[in-house]
Amino acid sequence: MALVQSIPIRRVSAKPGQIFAISLIALFLAIFLIIPAGTVIYTAFTEKGTGALTIVNFVDFFNTDLFRRSFFNSVYVSGMSVVWASAIALPLAVLTTRFDFRGSLIIQTLGFVPLIMPPFVGAVAMQLLFGRNGTVNLILNDWFGIRIPFMEGLNGVIFVQSLHYFPFILINLSTSLRNIDRSMEEAAQNLGSSGVRLFRRIVFPLAMPGYLAGASLVFVKVFDDLATPLLLNVKDMLAPQAYLRVTSVGLTDPMGYVISVILIAVSIFAMWLSAVAMRGKDYSTTQRGGGGLSRRKLSRGESVIAYGVVGLILLLVLSPHIGLLLLSLATVWSFSPLPDAYTVAHYGRVFGESSLYIKNTLIYASLAGLIDVVIGGAIAYLVLRTKVVGRRWLDWAATAALAIPGVVLGIGYLRTFYGITLPDGTPLATLWVMVVLALSIRRLPYALRACYAALQQVSESLEEAAENLGATKQRTIRRIVLPLMTGGLLAGFVTSFSTAAVELSATLMLIQSNSDAPIAYGLYVFMQSPAGRGPGAALGVIAVIMVALCTLLSHYVIERRQKALGMTK
Amino acid sequence: MLKTIAAAMLMSAAFVVTVHAQDGGKVTIVTSFSKDVTDPFKAGFEAANPGFTLDVQNKSTSSGVKYIDETKVNNQVDLFWASAPDAFDSLKSRELLAKFTPSVTGLPEKVGSYPVNDKDGYYFGFAASGYGIMSNDRYLEANDLPKPVEWSDLTKPEYHDHIAIAAPSRSGTTHLTIETILQGEGWDKGWATLKGIGGNLQQVTERSFGVPDAVNSGQTGIGIVIDFFAFSAQASGFPVSFAYPSVTTVVPANIGIVANAPNQAGAEAFVNYLLSEKGQAVLLEPAIRRLPINPALYEKAPEGFPNPFKDPRFQSMITFDADVSKKRTDVVDTLYDQLISFQLDNIKGATKAIHEAEKAVAANEQAAARALLTEAHALIAAMPITAEEAASQQIRDAFTGGEEKTARQAELEQKWAGFASEKYAAAKAKAEEALALVD
Repeated sequence: MALVQSIPIRRVSAKPGQIFAISLIALFLAIFLIIPAGTVIYTAFTEKGTGALTIVNFVDFFNTDLFRRSFFNSVYVSGMSVVWASAIALPLAVLTTRFDFRGSLIIQTLGFVPLIMPPFVGAVAMQLLFGRNGTVNLILNDWFGIRIPFMEGLNGVIFVQSLHYFPFILINLSTSLRNIDRSMEEAAQNLGSSGVRLFRRIVFPLAMPGYLAGASLVFVKVFDDLATPLLLNVKDMLAPQAYLRVTSVGLTDPMGYVISVILIAVSIFAMWLSAVAMRGKDYSTTQRGGGGLSRRKLSRGESVIAYGVVGLILLLVLSPHIGLLLLSLATVWSFSPLPDAYTVAHYGRVFGESSLYIKNTLIYASLAGLIDVVIGGAIAYLVLRTKVVGRRWLDWAATAALAIPGVVLGIGYLRTFYGITLPDGTPLATLWVMVVLALSIRRLPYALRACYAALQQVSESLEEAAENLGATKQRTIRRIVLPLMTGGLLAGFVTSFSTAAVELSATLMLIQSNSDAPIAYGLYVFMQSPAGRGPGAALGVIAVIMVALCTLLSHYVIERRQKALGMTK
Repeated sequence: MLKTIAAAMLMSAAFVVTVHAQDGGKVTIVTSFSKDVTDPFKAGFEAANPGFTLDVQNKSTSSGVKYIDETKVNNQVDLFWASAPDAFDSLKSRELLAKFTPSVTGLPEKVGSYPVNDKDGYYFGFAASGYGIMSNDRYLEANDLPKPVEWSDLTKPEYHDHIAIAAPSRSGTTHLTIETILQGEGWDKGWATLKGIGGNLQQVTERSFGVPDAVNSGQTGIGIVIDFFAFSAQASGFPVSFAYPSVTTVVPANIGIVANAPNQAGAEAFVNYLLSEKGQAVLLEPAIRRLPINPALYEKAPEGFPNPFKDPRFQSMITFDADVSKKRTDVVDTLYDQLISFQLDNIKGATKAIHEAEKAVAANEQAAARALLTEAHALIAAMPITAEEAASQQIRDAFTGGEEKTARQAELEQKWAGFASEKYAAAKAKAEEALALVD
């Protein structure tokens, strides 16, 4: 395979512009990530009571059975989730990008929706469907006298996590597949390769940056996720242990922060590992495909199978949202396969308030997504294209954001920015801008991985050619690199945007008044009482539809652009 | 950009309004109560005190306490409003609450045997809450289970894997329930009951509301909850029941004014409104259903609504000693986590083995097997520390980092967890031995 070979890396001396860019990003990360998180996590290295510096807490961590068990459980669950998420994402990505498949756009969007699982309501809906006495198990028990423990123990966590996070692989892999030049495939076909062999030897390796970007994100995200294990009441995993210890009343326990440090270390290690896997390999192609891979027509039989597979997968991954929809229309739903009766009253109840929440959510999430794409793209460029000292540190620092529990970041923001007062006397931390910044820091790793994968597929020789023709660096970036990265940038924006739209943990600490609240907060205040379950679910449905529409729009833009490119060829 | 313009417009509009209304303006309240509770109070308060607006910030009790603590340098919050008295105690001990004397008089000093207000006037009870057992009627019927009434019922074999509880370290109200059982039955017997229930648990949730949620949806049959969760669920149409066991207590849910409140007058107005007859009446709304602190209100209460001031059940409830509770809060919570929450599989496995063996022994009575089972029960109930040790300065300092500590918290946790898993494994072995004898 000619492409996958080591090429000598060009030595580029750091230009002033690059140094300026790296300092600016470093400053941003320092102020809004490292310092706030540091003020909280610092506790991990102090002795309780005296505050003296010590590493005894880490010794305690490794001497505690519970933590060791939690550590191995977390690794196991994350690994298995990657396997299952790949199993779900691969067929969807390949079918929609490689074949002439009607409704690809819809599938790409629907396949993305699971990422938008609003807090609390998503959990309730999943339990109502798959829980021990959920719809599926009640029916199974009625008909066959059996129950399947979908939602119990570590396997339950793997089940829910794979359903929830497979879009990371889907979206990054699809983007990669679209970026592969058709001529590669045609060359292989001319040499007699076809079918599975063609996919295994040519297409999949070329899409590797996207797959690895998605898979490493799934691994790290599952490793650091606390919401799902907690909703399934699985406590012997690392992230829930950290959360439980950080947020319990009255305990000034360093162990919660020790676990946070370990989470950060493992996350960075996993990202480093995926970088090592890619090292010395070049996945870029000089030509940019006329609309990506050639799309093959499916025969009738193949069509039936393909639609069947896609339908089944979509039904499975969208089931939480179907549950959510039912819940939002239900009067009472208790120990029965379906609700007792239906009503639209819940929508009426949230209608008045939801417009404010929607407006805030759109503003916060799109600003956060924008910041993420700009910074993520800049970091990816600095790491892959320049030799500026410390560029890898930027990457790792940004990635560490994945592992910092939202509540830790929230408290850190309060500590760092509450003392700073604005001219009118209100603290800086209470400004809604801080929510945007917190969200953008939390979601930066998503956009970063997408930008990274996109840039890895752009050949440096194109830039060299431009520079040989006299273009400046800035002009090359603007006219060559950015246009070729558009798909990846959009993928990054969509991921950051849609996940930021339903983020709660950091938001809950920072929201200062109802008029500044995003939809996730609105959901939270409803979901604390039995009568609020329906309205909460209704708000959840509104959130999902809103984010899905935005996603659909951006997919539409990508498709149009691909078509336009193909036409001009 | 749009937002800034909008904010600027809103601010100028608000400015114009405040100038015209000439009043105290915005009253900021941090609360753990849901929208269903806060909305009617907001409406009522603003109607009764024209000009004031109530700004509700919803946070869980623990993050609320953390928030007020972290933001004390430039406090923007007027009131803290939540259930668990220990959260208020924690705020008070950090000097984050302000003293106040409400203008409303004639309210009782005690509900059950618990003082309604803080003795130093830092926070005030506005509603009473009792702890008990909530169950899903459909679930019980489908599984052919009787309604549990007493804590000891929950240790019976038929309830194995049907019960949910919130971790006491996570839920101030569950902590009080645990402490009530420990005080009512004594340290050793209390823990034996708790571990008996622990062996039958289906889940230990991390939020208080997780339990009523699981019972409402029928994911679990029985939950240990605070009363209003069940009453408001009933009022919303869910098929659930509630029972107060004989060993329980009623404690007040509270409100307190935050120290250095930016709007002291507004804060005082809200506390007075909440304790007034008008404010108390709001508690009886279907979506809220909490027990008012003003006895006069019970005349308007719906049929079958418990009255803690008249109902004999509440008069016989135990005296809850808040000082005893406070001394060992961290220890009790950590013990529960290490012995039950994080050992759930082990304790359930051992309990199941004992239940099976007991069934077999009952059918084929043999003294040797019975003796083994008694040993197995004792092994489950065994505690790594005594009540005196739990309240000792050495152990308390291990949790606070004080000077007299003899071990770090992490070391104690590891020791207790090791103790528990060893005892549970031994208990399981004894039960299996007993089963082998009679089989």
